[in-house]
Amino acid sequence: MKYLEEFRDAGVARRLLDDIAAITTKHHVLMEVCGGQTHSIIRNGIDRLLPDHIEMVHGPGCPVCVTPLETIDKALEIASRDGVIFCSFGDMLRVPGSGRDLFSVKSAGGDVRIVYSPLDAVKIARDNPDREVVFFGIGFETTAPANAMAVYQAKREGLENFSMLVSHVLVPPAMRAILDSPANRVEAFLAAGHVCSVMGYEQYFPIAQQYGTPIVVTGFEPLDLLHGIKMAVAQLEEGRAEVENAYERAVTREGNIPAQQMVQDVFTTVDRNWRGVGMIPMSGWALAGAYRDLDAAERFTVTDIATVESPLCHAGEVLQGTMKPDECPAFGKECTPRAPLGATMVSAEGACAAYYLYGRYEELETAR
Amino acid sequence: MCLGIPGKVIEITGEGMARTGKVDFDGMVKDVNLAFVPDIEVGDFAIVHVGFAITQLDERAALETLAHLQAIEAVATELDPDAALAAEEAIARGDE
Repeated sequence: MKYLEEFRDAGVARRLLDDIAAITTKHHVLMEVCGGQTHSIIRNGIDRLLPDHIEMVHGPGCPVCVTPLETIDKALEIASRDGVIFCSFGDMLRVPGSGRDLFSVKSAGGDVRIVYSPLDAVKIARDNPDREVVFFGIGFETTAPANAMAVYQAKREGLENFSMLVSHVLVPPAMRAILDSPANRVEAFLAAGHVCSVMGYEQYFPIAQQYGTPIVVTGFEPLDLLHGIKMAVAQLEEGRAEVENAYERAVTREGNIPAQQMVQDVFTTVDRNWRGVGMIPMSGWALAGAYRDLDAAERFTVTDIATVESPLCHAGEVLQGTMKPDECPAFGKECTPRAPLGATMVSAEGACAAYYLYGRYEELETAR
Repeated sequence: MCLGIPGKVIEITGEGMARTGKVDFDGMVKDVNLAFVPDIEVGDFAIVHVGFAITQLDERAALETLAHLQAIEAVATELDPDAALAAEEAIARGDE
């Protein structure tokens, strides 16, 4: 596919790896924030091809992984009700709540539907005026404009049977939380490319400056990742802490202004609890006052939620980059993609799923 | 979930918040909301996420990055004549 294949050239990748090795004189710990980047790194073995001195740790950028358990349980409760059509992105369906997931609600007779776009859920609401249609609006800044547009359109059309269960999360506060943690080892960030396509990268300048941490906006293909890693390592080696852009074809400094305006109209910034991580101040978006009547959390009263996490699951440490998936005692044993204990083993962006899918469990077994 | 796929805009209909287009992903054509890329035109590339174009792909920047990574000026023509032609056309049009 055009503008993907060109950024997968093995010969250029080898040269970039040589360049990185040539400029590396000491140990560096880099974090890629986005789970899509984690999967690309593990699938392509980039972490293994890098010089031994460069350690990649994986960040919290997996929306279904950090959606709070109480919100998942609330979604499961709403989806189980008669008269409700519950719409979600596909990667949420197998995320474990307290004892069940959306797939099990579906197989028990709940009307749970996978949609490609939030506008598909609006259409379902239009086509089913006698049913309550609820969309599970999760994601980072990349997804927020689309979800905001769905709310905006439903409101404008007066679709009273549409609502959204919103649990949006934001990258910059999560970066600060990681850097503030006493357990932090991260020296430089690869910022999530498509988050920056929407938001631009000006909001990272104060972080780079305050913490002395290089931040490089990075894409998703192997050459993009190596390009971003090389720029971050060069900064660390030269003692710089700047914001640089290694994904210029998709990211401008100011980002996508019309998308930002839509988000500002529909959402308001709130404190958010991140699953496995805890509360991060002002790290989420919820529906703003004018759209509160479309908030599924208010429309459907859900009480008596008693959340239960698996005591064996270390997803929180994995999400904060303090544990690698294959260091978890349950990895590949009690916890597999078929029977996941935590959301990080499920999603197309979860770090545990990446390690499992791309053969790291077999390696662990062989080593034993 | 922040997956974004580059595709070529081949048709545009509607205006404002209802601006919609057909986007070609190597033969697979999908309807995409173009409200957030008001300046995009037929023939341009967009990065598409959950049915929305979140940004116009800057084709000249793409070629410059590739050329930089390969450190060869003429690499674009060798790699992909179409892309090189598109870049030349973009320059001829005076695009930023």
